[in-house]
Amino acid sequence: MTSAAALPRPRAAAATPSTSSVLPVLTVLGALGVVWYAAAAWLNAPQVIERVLSDRPGWGLADLLPLTWSMERPVLPAPHQVALDMWRSIVDWPLDSPRSLLFHTGVTAASTLVGFVMGTLLGLCLAVAIVHSRTLDRSLFPWIIASQTVPVLAIAPIVIVALGSMGLTGVFPKSVISMYLCFFPVTVAMVKGLRSPGVMELELMHTYAASAGHTFWKLRVPASLPFLFPSLRVGIAAALVGAIVAELPTGAQAGLGARLLTGSYYGNTVQIWSALVMSALLGLALTGAVAWTERRLTPGGRK
Amino acid sequence: MNALLALLSLAGIWTALQLPVGVASAGQPWRWAFFALLLALVVLAVATLRRLAALPPKGWQVRFATPLLFGLWVLLFWELLTRGFDVPKVLLPAPSVVWASLLQGAPTLQTDFVQTVLHSVLIGLALGSGLGFVVGVLIDRSPFLQRGLLPVAALASTVPLVGVAPIMVMWFGFDWHSKAAVVVVMTFFPMLVNTLAGLAASGHMERDLMRSYGAGYWRTLWSLRIPVALPFIFNALKINSTLALIGAIVAEFFGSPVSGLGFRISTEAARLNMGLVWAAIVVAAVAGSLLYAALEWVERRSTFWHPSIRMG
Repeated sequence: MTSAAALPRPRAAAATPSTSSVLPVLTVLGALGVVWYAAAAWLNAPQVIERVLSDRPGWGLADLLPLTWSMERPVLPAPHQVALDMWRSIVDWPLDSPRSLLFHTGVTAASTLVGFVMGTLLGLCLAVAIVHSRTLDRSLFPWIIASQTVPVLAIAPIVIVALGSMGLTGVFPKSVISMYLCFFPVTVAMVKGLRSPGVMELELMHTYAASAGHTFWKLRVPASLPFLFPSLRVGIAAALVGAIVAELPTGAQAGLGARLLTGSYYGNTVQIWSALVMSALLGLALTGAVAWTERRLTPGGRK
Repeated sequence: MNALLALLSLAGIWTALQLPVGVASAGQPWRWAFFALLLALVVLAVATLRRLAALPPKGWQVRFATPLLFGLWVLLFWELLTRGFDVPKVLLPAPSVVWASLLQGAPTLQTDFVQTVLHSVLIGLALGSGLGFVVGVLIDRSPFLQRGLLPVAALASTVPLVGVAPIMVMWFGFDWHSKAAVVVVMTFFPMLVNTLAGLAASGHMERDLMRSYGAGYWRTLWSLRIPVALPFIFNALKINSTLALIGAIVAEFFGSPVSGLGFRISTEAARLNMGLVWAAIVVAAVAGSLLYAALEWVERRSTFWHPSIRMG
């Protein structure tokens, strides 16, 4: 059982889906689709009635429904409109065009990945330092934990402006924010993981006359892997959020965050929704990639 | 020895703070004096921290003193380096500058605090967590729905939900209602997942005991399962308190009335008024920490029976 005094986990633990849950999941997703269509009809109906149907007396539900699901700028677009918009923006434009959704996805994915790598490295270095230095453990570690109660994303505009004034633009400032968001879970999990070998194991290494380096590489690092990978899954999701938010104050040039912002400026709801769905898919793909790596690297260990 | 170290540190700090701004890029002798002093202070900082960290971790004073001293040293070096190298304020204002803008902008920041924390965050957090809890209790009775919703809720944690902010701003307008709506969306799933995990945490033995007492579903829920679930629920609340502040601040980047911490941060950053930006961040950080500490206090009060609380 998770202890109540456990470190603050930024995200809820992921449940492992099993084959027996395919039918329930499909039911839930189906119900979600039905609710979405119903909500689209209900939310868009006033506008449709006001603009189109007011001069057509005697209209019925059969006239109303198709219209609510095919509006140009709906309050809530229907799922097929979002899907169509995504498909069009992927197929109709070349990859390097700023109108292609894949181009923006690529921009966001790039800064997410760079930030994720930097954040993981920083997290690992901090964890190794904290495990080996009592002073750092007692003085720095509490601050790392306290830093998570702080809305770190609020510093995004500062980092962008400060690095921009030094002439650094593009991927790097965004990755810095991703890095800041994703180093924390890695540090906390690795401190736990590197300390997970018990007295027995450590004493065994001692009887082998193993040096500190050997104990570290042969015992502590392998023991920490089961702690590392769940934190990487959390970290990459956080890095994606960081990359998207970092794109907001830059004045909306490229990336999924920029798509969200321009969509909200011009009231283009379909564009907002397709950017949102795309970022969800990107999040799933990135976490999936980490989970896949985990399975490849720890055979026979965790599922 | 300890008194000597403390005295030396204070003397060094006092001397360092007397140095003129931009001393590190001044003439040769000044420059060397600055770097020598800096080096001496680094040695003193390491020495004092090591001594304090070596004390036995008994009592909360010692446990708090080390990180506190570390924080003070970091602030001091921040101040010294920004002054010594005359770092432009756009890049990094000195702590004293931030403090000055905090005092100067106090009335503005107070309205921002009320707008963001008291309205968007607290209302959104209460609604989102409450909804997650209620839905969790309701679908706990249906294993089918549980198996269907849990994977979806777990997937929701990999999705950048903060992206719903522009939609909510469009639906609920610029005021705090749209920010609270973003917070509701962000906090719902962690609470749902943790409530379900918590409700499943009570053992068969305890449930059988409740049945042998003739307790019905609601009685069992109230007297056994919810108390057992409390550590999980507080865990979710603590996760959510951070998420809620992030959601409210980011949602304000998409449009807000002329107050709010996120609005202040984005507009003042665009005007390069970094002192006030940092002051707004200090307010947000203190608000986040206080919210977290308050939740922790309530948790300790209400789950006093839990082993992890009794031991600590």
